[in-house]
Amino acid sequence: MNDRPINNRAWLFVLPVLVFVLFSSLLPMMTVVNYSFQDTMGQNNFFWNGIAWFQNLLDPSTDIGGRFGNALLRNLIFSLVVLFIEVPLGIAVAICIPRHGWKVGATLVMIALPLLIPWNVVGTIWQIFARADIGLLGAALTRMGIHYNDTQDPTSAWATIVVMDVWHWTGMVALLAYAGLKSIPDAFYQAARIDGAGRWSVFRNIELPKLQKVLVIAVLLRFMESFMIYTEPATVTGGGPGEATSFLSLDLVKIALGQVDLGNAAALSLVYNLITLSICWVFFTVMTQLDQRKDL
Amino acid sequence: MPSRGRTIGITLYLLALFLPIYWLLNMSFKENGEIMSGLSFWPHHVTFGNYSHIFHDPAWYLGFVHSLEYVAINTVISVTIALPAAYAFSRYRFIGDKHLFFWLLSNLMAPPAVYAMPFFNLYYSIGLFDTVWAVALAHCLFNVPLAVWILEGFISGVPREIDETAALDGYSFPRFFVRIFLPLIANGIGVAAFFCFMFSWVEQLLATTLTTVNAKPIVSVMTRVYSAAGMDWGLLAAAGVLTMIPGAIVIWFVRNHIAKGFALGRV
Repeated sequence: MNDRPINNRAWLFVLPVLVFVLFSSLLPMMTVVNYSFQDTMGQNNFFWNGIAWFQNLLDPSTDIGGRFGNALLRNLIFSLVVLFIEVPLGIAVAICIPRHGWKVGATLVMIALPLLIPWNVVGTIWQIFARADIGLLGAALTRMGIHYNDTQDPTSAWATIVVMDVWHWTGMVALLAYAGLKSIPDAFYQAARIDGAGRWSVFRNIELPKLQKVLVIAVLLRFMESFMIYTEPATVTGGGPGEATSFLSLDLVKIALGQVDLGNAAALSLVYNLITLSICWVFFTVMTQLDQRKDL
Repeated sequence: MPSRGRTIGITLYLLALFLPIYWLLNMSFKENGEIMSGLSFWPHHVTFGNYSHIFHDPAWYLGFVHSLEYVAINTVISVTIALPAAYAFSRYRFIGDKHLFFWLLSNLMAPPAVYAMPFFNLYYSIGLFDTVWAVALAHCLFNVPLAVWILEGFISGVPREIDETAALDGYSFPRFFVRIFLPLIANGIGVAAFFCFMFSWVEQLLATTLTTVNAKPIVSVMTRVYSAAGMDWGLLAAAGVLTMIPGAIVIWFVRNHIAKGFALGRV
């Protein structure tokens, strides 16, 4: 894309966006930066506290440091688990989507439906569905003799959150992969048939390379969304039992809005943001490089 | 794979998708007594009481009104200001363009939990706290970058020769942009609006933090049934079912572009 003309007046076009995003991102972020270097004795009296909050946060032996480390680890495990399930499952679903007739539209609408449900309602749906007394899933598992209780038993809680996330977001991966599959010309498949290629080799040599670009977008969006997940686990387990499903955002909201511990919350916010920013940058670099390759 | 296998696969997936939704629907037509008295696969005494409660209690139906208000305001603002920016990113190079684009995208990836507290301070100090405007502006944090990203993808699909031909034909830039260019990317605008609607409609943390009484959105009204007098499962289920309707309507409108839309116009 390097053939675009250079025109610095293009900045004028970008100006409105810049103003809006500065207002809703940089300005609030400055309050966080402020809090992260100050401490208070109450009554709105703040004094300079240097980097003490950050030192505490990054030191696993302190209370807050230990909490942060554990939440970060839990969150990374959660993100990886859902990625490993949702990406292959999404591709499989995309391959199964019908290609012709009225069924296409109907299927796509149904697959997309969970994405349009408010996140707390997704939580509510699964909270009800998983209850052993009034929920279909919980009751069925209990009657099969499986020990299942998503509010008391950490394993059940994790399983519920993971299954809920797969239910909620696999549709997005499937839609992305479907868009990628649709862009493959029929001639490719015909050539494969003439060569006598099997289903697996068609997937491996034709479909997967063509899907590369959309899959990077899918992995990026899924990773980020799962890394900042809040509402769904907050509704279903509230981070419990104990701290078992307390991911970074849940912990942060507890510290910032629950305990109003401004210094710790601010330091945690900044470190949290920096982590997402660096991961996002890696994906962004990969994506721009793929964008410039014409053969995909 | 033979097409029979594919049909079975997709049917199983859709079945798994709709089972939890069916359970919610099932529960929304039951009275609380029936819900608590044990498992039943369909309501034995169908009641519309839960729904009529929501439509008659202002605290409930105003929640829907407030949510739709801020979603609409946010969608209009996001798409309008994103259009010229997406055009600039797609058509020109300028100093700092790549850094700016990355910085915009990084806001899309910023956890809302980080912003909950500072947004509360910010909107409180400028007097917008507890209005639909506060939520609409707060959601611009991720919806404006998202709209720029999607529109940039769709605009890059329109050949630049069209811009040049229009200029040669004597169109001024604003006239070209509105009369010729916007109709060409109408699908992209529809898809961008769909995504802004979606992410504003489903977001709960910021919407709840920025409102208390006057602009309470449905997502925080729903948390009310937890505290008051035990758990009103039937009412909660009915409200949940109703929140799915606006989304279902909106998807139906963009169903032909939805796949390309999710790929952000990049296939």
